[in-house]
Amino acid sequence: MSYRVIGKSLPRPDAWEKVRGRPIYAGDLALSGMLHGLIVRSPYASARIARIDTRAALALPGVAAVLTHADVPRNELRMELPGRMAEATAGAVLATQPVLAVDRVRFQGEPVVAIAAETPEVASRAADLIEVDYEELPGVYDPIEALRPAAPEVHEGGNVLRRWHLRKGDIGEGFRKADVVVEHTYRTPFIDHVYLETETGIGWIDAEGVLTLRVSTQVLEHFRDVAEILQLPHSRVRLEGAYLGGGFGGKEDVTVECLLGLLVWKTRRPVRLVFSREESFIGHGKRHPYVLRYRTGATRSGELVALQAELCSDSGAYAALSPWVLFYSLVTATGPYRVPNVHVDAVTVYTNNPIASAYRTFGSIQTCIAYEGQMDALADALGMDPLEVRARNFLRKGDTIATGQALETEPMLEETMRRAWAQLGSPRAAREPVRIGRGLAASFTPYGRMCWTHDSASAWVGMELDGTAVVRCAAPDVGGGQTASLCSIVAEILGLPVDHVVAVGRDSHFTPRAGTTTATRQLFMSGNAVLAAAREVRRHLVDQAAEMLEAAAEDIELAEGRAFVRGVPVRAVGLAAVVKAASGSGRPTQALDKYDAPSAPTIDPLTGQGKPFNDYTFGTQAVEVEVDGETGVTRTTRLVACYDVGQAINRQSTEGQIEGGAAQGLGHALMEEVVLEQGISKNPHLLDYRIPSTLDVPMVETILIESGHGLGPFGAKGIGEPAMTPTPAAVMNAVSRATGRRMTELPLTAERVLNGSASEGA
Amino acid sequence: MNLTLEFTLNDRSCRVDAPAHFTVLDLVRDTLALTGTKDGCGEGVCGACTVLLDGRPIRACLVLAARLGGRRLVTIEGIAGGELDPLQEAFARVGAVQCGFCTPGMILSARALLEEEPAPSAEDVREALAGNLCRCTGYVKIVEAVLVVAQGRRG
Repeated sequence: MSYRVIGKSLPRPDAWEKVRGRPIYAGDLALSGMLHGLIVRSPYASARIARIDTRAALALPGVAAVLTHADVPRNELRMELPGRMAEATAGAVLATQPVLAVDRVRFQGEPVVAIAAETPEVASRAADLIEVDYEELPGVYDPIEALRPAAPEVHEGGNVLRRWHLRKGDIGEGFRKADVVVEHTYRTPFIDHVYLETETGIGWIDAEGVLTLRVSTQVLEHFRDVAEILQLPHSRVRLEGAYLGGGFGGKEDVTVECLLGLLVWKTRRPVRLVFSREESFIGHGKRHPYVLRYRTGATRSGELVALQAELCSDSGAYAALSPWVLFYSLVTATGPYRVPNVHVDAVTVYTNNPIASAYRTFGSIQTCIAYEGQMDALADALGMDPLEVRARNFLRKGDTIATGQALETEPMLEETMRRAWAQLGSPRAAREPVRIGRGLAASFTPYGRMCWTHDSASAWVGMELDGTAVVRCAAPDVGGGQTASLCSIVAEILGLPVDHVVAVGRDSHFTPRAGTTTATRQLFMSGNAVLAAAREVRRHLVDQAAEMLEAAAEDIELAEGRAFVRGVPVRAVGLAAVVKAASGSGRPTQALDKYDAPSAPTIDPLTGQGKPFNDYTFGTQAVEVEVDGETGVTRTTRLVACYDVGQAINRQSTEGQIEGGAAQGLGHALMEEVVLEQGISKNPHLLDYRIPSTLDVPMVETILIESGHGLGPFGAKGIGEPAMTPTPAAVMNAVSRATGRRMTELPLTAERVLNGSASEGA
Repeated sequence: MNLTLEFTLNDRSCRVDAPAHFTVLDLVRDTLALTGTKDGCGEGVCGACTVLLDGRPIRACLVLAARLGGRRLVTIEGIAGGELDPLQEAFARVGAVQCGFCTPGMILSARALLEEEPAPSAEDVREALAGNLCRCTGYVKIVEAVLVVAQGRRG
């Protein structure tokens, strides 16, 4: 299939503004009479609040509001957990979290008091005048500890938030058939998203009394949460999405929205609320730490026969999205391999650590570390080439994953692996004490939400009288080019230059609901909605042009802003004239359309059997590292990523996702960890929590396969999250090769690399 | 207490009153409403607030505005006198921009590098930009954009 726009490397329209520093991010807007918000947070990880005295702060000139839990009409953020499945598992169906702490704090950084003042300085002085008497309580800071019966309870009813189970075949029989069994325990830490823009918003009350918030968020639907806590009709709260300075899942949960809405509603004045970097570190949900115990069995010829795993994730102090994240781990626990006998038990547990929630890959990255560590360990135990062991077991078209879902298209895993590995070329010689190691990891990551959620997205496409087009679609743009891709789709279908299509504005009141920019779903969902709307507009334009050109509709083509008769380019009319004529004759030149993802029943809660997701993105990353044998310092010298992306919509954006995802993955592999002591963060600053700089990331090499197999527009798959799934596992395997010791715990700091990881059965 | 500051801002003389405790970042964003300069950490690590003072990149969040007197300050809004700097064009063309939050600081650091070393190697570019963090791009296309300009190529 040849396209004019789709698949090309085209500069994104927003880039031209961003290089000039012009886009108005959520923190860039100022309104006259605007107040400045500040949140007072708990310095303790587990404590009872005996007394809150705000009188001195309130008396300070310039202070407009000092709010506590008593000021929140319904002081409860509600998180609905996987509903009907709850009966078969432990834990509540509904989890809640106070907007402002009442009589108990459960993590360091929990919001206790919200202040609004004339200047940031006055707000800061007011915060110093607030007296909160805390009485420290015993806490629990390790998820395994938290499972013990005598552990302090973070919430009434026990520390188990949710369990999931996956059962396939007969695990006992599987291990009996195994000639080789490898067993390792893998560990991953809390990791922070470190988007460059912290959580930010500004709010005001608009005409008709509508509370309006302009926020850096991935989820415009949080207007409902704000309405609920303020006990307002949902229609009275409007969320306007600004361009985000990065999200990566960290702006998927409510961040500033409720606190900001509360301050605006109580003061009746515009308020700006910006979290400092330290607040961002201690305040928002992190990537879950996991302990993953794996036993994998194979025959002498390298055929997988059994996989048993226990997954335990630390949810931190509140539920957030932990049950869902754990579900992604469950589904991906086997990796992209045929395994006839599978037994996985997964549990997510409350502790008094920071909240853990969504982070790019959503529970798929931790399992990849384990299943790909196991594949290399198996290769060693069998004396086989790691590529051959994988090739022997890769999922193929028609195979079923462990949940029983059959793959309807060819995953092309072997091709991604062979091409990524070949790109590394011949091995280089190293000079002591430097050792060179190469490793790889294959992966599969869902794109789109769970089938049983009946996901849908809407979009509107319309022509202007001058022949340009407008897209209305409430899809937040986190920086990945979501908006630009929607414009590209319209430009392709309507035969317009890309810069003749604009998709400005993401707004819960004014643009059709598109759902969240999460779960690698926007291109798939909103892309399909926009595609449907654009095709409908195209039909009207073609019908009109056919009349004007006295030709059959099926002979009309649209390109470069004109309609013409196929094969006779001189018989043409500009789209502006077509739109004018259509408008004059009552023919529509706009369309509102909706895309519904294919749905399926909920999975079986006891066995995990069913169709969890509509589709997956498959790919492999291969890396080369240099390990200094004396210092343990590891440097990544090469990184090749090969994915079947289905169809790139904008090649440079697709590459950009993969390059950026791999860089984040390198941070996970080698340097990033939220260091906690009894729930207290020891590195809530960028000086101590280092993320990769230009000196840490090699020139990532990207190989794209375009099978056209995806469910998105033009056969596209999602790539945002899959881009980083295999990176840490590939680096871990490469370091293991370089050192001759199996690494099982991230990050691979110099100390860990020198001393090796402690893993039973290693 | 307010100070009166006189300096050159984006090639035009500027006279402005600002509280004595204001940093260059506070002044630029809050007083002068030049919001292209971003606040990413407020502690001098991320580089999103990079501006050029007398041609040298500084962290606007670490320098007091009081030190601007008589000096030459350039922000992203004034990098090419209102025209498009070749770096800005290359960043947009090669796809070096994703969320865009690090972009202004990144471009100003790159501009300072090219003033000092018009023909940098890829390693030079990486060294010069090591203090500007980006969480979206993996730096691949950022380094490429700077090299495109240095080598007089078109992205």
